Amino acid sequence: MERNHLPRHLVLQRQSLFDQGLLDEQFIQLEELQDDANPNFVEEVVTSYYQNTSTLIVIIEQALGTSPLDFNKLDGYMYQLKGSSSSFGAKKVKADCTLFREYCKAGNVEGCMRTFQQLKKEYASLKRKLEAYFQLARQARVTGTASRPK
Amino acid sequence: METARQVFRRNLQENVEVCDGSPELHVLAVDDSLVDRKVIERLLKISSCKVTSVESGTRALQYLGLDGEKGKGSVGFDGLKVNLIMTDYSMPGMTGYELLKKIKQESSVLKEIPVVIMSSENILTRIDRCLEEGAEEYLVKPVKLSDVKRLKDFIMRGEGKDSGETRIRKRRRRDDHSSLPQSVTLSSSPALACDPSSTLMPSSAPSACSSKRAKLCI
Repeated sequence: MERNHLPRHLVLQRQSLFDQGLLDEQFIQLEELQDDANPNFVEEVVTSYYQNTSTLIVIIEQALGTSPLDFNKLDGYMYQLKGSSSSFGAKKVKADCTLFREYCKAGNVEGCMRTFQQLKKEYASLKRKLEAYFQLARQARVTGTASRPK
Repeated sequence: METARQVFRRNLQENVEVCDGSPELHVLAVDDSLVDRKVIERLLKISSCKVTSVESGTRALQYLGLDGEKGKGSVGFDGLKVNLIMTDYSMPGMTGYELLKKIKQESSVLKEIPVVIMSSENILTRIDRCLEEGAEEYLVKPVKLSDVKRLKDFIMRGEGKDSGETRIRKRRRRDDHSSLPQSVTLSSSPALACDPSSTLMPSSAPSACSSKRAKLCI
């Protein structure tokens, strides 16, 4: 379904994801690649992302539990996470990855720990918000009408 | 003009497979990130290209028949000729740069295939190194549809067939926007880009070059 055919409350919900700084232009780029034959492309990419990166998050968490920290390794993991996040427009998660990498370069343990906690929160929060949005978008496509949540 | 058009069409058909009268590029995409592979596949399919995507340089070489077996030319093991290779730079094991070098150095047939490097890092020394080694372009990720479209135009006009010196000379000349290169493909001429069999938007070489430079200067 074209973006401009989305029911109003979905339009607002979608816009707020951008307004909150959670998503950037790349998300829109991917939306433009959707058509009637591939209406769920962005959702598929996001699902792949979360499936694919969940292990990475665990690995990073484990690496942060070792002492002393291997900043090189951590930077490498975070580079991967940043890349994937950037590919679908996850603006805030990407920014947290960048910050984490800065702390790695500076060898700042506390900074890494703090930023990773922040990142995990953003990562999980974005997942919830996008899942909710995609589900409503799918419903709207099926019913062709807006079904306002009560 | 007629002679030039014939030359253009001949080069086009040498370079690409023709299906139902409309040319289709077959692109080999190499990236260790599943998310990025999904995105590049979609970008290429939307641009009417056939895609084969693999997760590593090693797999790419296997596909191209460069992994020790006698080179099968630019035909993948599924029999499809590859017209363009797009590879991520940073991959575990073999980097995109190492893959580029192998393709350009180890096979006289494969080195004709244009290779594009993709990277989320905009590092000038890295970009220079890749271009010097023979990469057609260095795309900064995330890759957009406009990048793929521009690339497709670029390849369809036969620019990818140039090798080494000619390419570097052409690149510098395009920087000047002054003279047209003397090559047979006549790729810089906007008039010839309006081939009726092509569904591509004509775009002139200077703008392709400046958008590449704009990309590199981010």
